Amino acid sequence: MLEIKDLHVKLADEDKEILKGLSLRVPSGEVHAIMGPNGSGKSTMSYVLSGKDGYEVTSGSATLDGADLLEMEPEERAAAGLFLAFQYPVEIPGVGNMTFLRTAVNSQRKLRGEEELSAAEFLKLVRTRAKSLKIDADMLKRPVNVGFSGGEKKRNEILQMAMLEPKMCILDETDSGLDVDAMKLVAEGVNALRDGKRSFLVITHYQRLLDHIKPDVVHIMADGRIIKTGGPELALEVEHNGYADLLAEVA
Amino acid sequence: MRRAQALAAKREAAAERLSRGDLPKGGAWITAARENALERLHQMGLPARRDEYWRFTRPEALIAAQAAPVPLMIDEDAPQFGELDRLKLVFVDGVLNVAQSDALAMENVEITTLEQAATQDIHWARDLFGVLESRGQAPVERPLAALNTATATQGLLIRVTGKAPRPISLTYLRADDAGDAVVHHVIRLEKGAELTLLESGPAAARLSKVIEVDVADGASFDHIRTQGRDHGRRALTHLFARIGAEASFKSFSLTVNGALTRNEYVITLEGDDSHATVSGAVAGDGNDGAFHQDDTVFITHAGERCESRQVFKKVLRNGATGVFQGKILVRQSAQKTDGYQISQALLLDEDSQFLAKPELEIYADDVACSHGATVGAIDEDALFYMVSRGVPRRQAQDMLVLAFLSEALDEIDNEAIRDDIQTRLELWVERHSA
Repeated sequence: MLEIKDLHVKLADEDKEILKGLSLRVPSGEVHAIMGPNGSGKSTMSYVLSGKDGYEVTSGSATLDGADLLEMEPEERAAAGLFLAFQYPVEIPGVGNMTFLRTAVNSQRKLRGEEELSAAEFLKLVRTRAKSLKIDADMLKRPVNVGFSGGEKKRNEILQMAMLEPKMCILDETDSGLDVDAMKLVAEGVNALRDGKRSFLVITHYQRLLDHIKPDVVHIMADGRIIKTGGPELALEVEHNGYADLLAEVA
Repeated sequence: MRRAQALAAKREAAAERLSRGDLPKGGAWITAARENALERLHQMGLPARRDEYWRFTRPEALIAAQAAPVPLMIDEDAPQFGELDRLKLVFVDGVLNVAQSDALAMENVEITTLEQAATQDIHWARDLFGVLESRGQAPVERPLAALNTATATQGLLIRVTGKAPRPISLTYLRADDAGDAVVHHVIRLEKGAELTLLESGPAAARLSKVIEVDVADGASFDHIRTQGRDHGRRALTHLFARIGAEASFKSFSLTVNGALTRNEYVITLEGDDSHATVSGAVAGDGNDGAFHQDDTVFITHAGERCESRQVFKKVLRNGATGVFQGKILVRQSAQKTDGYQISQALLLDEDSQFLAKPELEIYADDVACSHGATVGAIDEDALFYMVSRGVPRRQAQDMLVLAFLSEALDEIDNEAIRDDIQTRLELWVERHSA
C-alpha cells in the first residue's frame, strides 16, 4: 500500500510550495486515478515519490508497505517496488534498449538480494512480454527510446513495467500524445498487469483513458492537495463539467 | 619585428637541439633523408607556445633534450588484442625486440627494419621516408616530425603487395623508466593491397613516432591503436598519409591515461573516389597525475568525389584537458567532396576542459562539408530515468559515459577488434568510476 500523509514539497532552489498537504492512500490491488487542472502538482508528486532532484520535502511522509520512500535513493525506491511511467520517456543514445532493461532488472534483483537472471532467462522473458505489447525485435535492439514514435515510447514504458514487476505503478499522463489505437494497446498492457495485488496510480487529464483502465477510486487534485475523492463517476463529472464547479465547492 | 625575433629564437633552439654531427650514421639514401630533415628543422625552428597550433598544448616536454622519468606501471589486464590472430612484433622502449617478436615475414608483405635498411645505400623506402613528412609541412609546419625523421634509427619499412592474411600488430612495451623512444615507420600499400595495422602499449617515458603511409589506387589501410596505461608517459605521434584513387584509409585511436598525448594526422586524398576516416575515443582522469590529450587533424581533398570523416569523442574528469584541432581543406580540383567532422567532449566536472578549433577551408564550389564541436555534462534527465528503473547512479553514469564514446568506437569495422577495445574501455571506466 502507498500512503502519503500531509506532504508538503517546495522547489529546492525557489521559495515556491507545490504540494500543500497532500494525503492519499492506494491499498494493494487497487487502481486509483488522479485528475486535476494544469499546475495542480500531479507530476511533481510523481517525481517526488520516485526521488528526482530539485524538490525539497518540508514535512509529511510517503511510505510503500510501511517503508519510508523519502529516505531512499531513487534506485532503492525502484527496488522496493515503485515504478514511474514517464510522461516524456527519455531518449538515451548509445544504450541499447535490451541492455538497459537487463541492467535494470538485474540491478533491482541485486539490491533485493535475489539472484540475477541469466542472459537466456532474461531473453525468454523479454520476448514473451514484448510480443504482447507488439514490440518487435528491432525496437529492443535500438537505443532506449531513440527514434521511437510517441506510441512506441509509451509501450516501451509498459514493457519496462512488465519486466520489473513493481508493486506500485504510477502512470504519469501515459495517454498524452497517443491515438486511440495506441492508447488501447497501452491500456491492455496495463490491465494485463492487474493481478489483485499490484496497485496503480493513474494520472490523467481525460476520462478516455479511464474507459480502458477502470479505476476503483478517483481523486481530484488542485493546488497541491486532494480536494475530492469518489468513484469512477467523479471522472465523468469532470469530463462533462470541467473543474470549475469542484474548485468552487472547496473555495 | 616581433615575428622575426620569434623565428630567430625558434631557429636558435633548433640549432641547439640538433646539429649535423648528432645525426645517426647510415647509407647514402638515409643520410640524404636525415640531412634534408635537419635542414628543414633548422629553417622552421622548434615549436613555441605562440605558434598557432601549439596554443592549447605546451611543447616544452616534447622538445626537451631528455625525457622526464616515468615510473613503470604493472599492467595486470589481459594484453590488448590478446585473442586476435596477428603477426606480433614487440618494441621495448622503442627498440624492436626480436626475441619477443614473430619472424618478419608474411604472405604479400615485406618487412625490413629501419636499422637494417639504413646500412644500405639504396632502398625502396627512399621514395617515402621523410617525403610524405616533408610534404605535410605545408601549410602548417610540424617541426617535431622533421626532428623525428632526422634522428630515428628504429622503425619498420613495410611493403604490402596484396591482401595481408593477418593484421600486423606492434606492441610497445617499457622497461626503462626514462626511455626516450624515436620510432619511424614507412608503409607502402601497392595497388589493391590491404593491411590492418594494430598498435598498443605505453611505448616509453617519451615517444616520438612518425608513420608515413602511401595507399595506392584501390588499396585499403586500416589502423587501430590503443595508447597505453602508464600515467606519466608522454607521446607525440604523426601520421602522414597519401591516398590514391578508389582507396580507403581508416585510423582509430583509443587514448586512456598519459600525462601528454598529441596525435597529428596529415592526410591527403589525392586520387578520385576515395575515403578517409580518422576517429578517436579518449577517456582521461586528471587524478592519475595529469592528463592532456590533443588530436590535431589536417585533411586535404585534392581528388574528386572523395569522402572524409573525423569523429572524436572525449570524456574528461578531475582537471583533464582535451584538445581538438581539425581542418578540412578542399582544393579547387576536389569537386563533389563530402567532408564530415565532429568533436565532442563530455566533462564530468567543472575542473576539466575541452579546447576545440574546427576549421573548413573550401575552394571548390560543389561540395558538402559539415562540422560540429560540442561540450557538455552528463544528461541529468537520462541519469534520473535510468536510476528510477533501479540502476545505481554510479553504474548509470558509467553506462552513459560508454554510450557517449560508442559513436567513435562504431568507426571500427572489425567486430572482434571493436569488442576488444570496448572491453578495455569498460575496465577503465570501472576503475575510474566516481
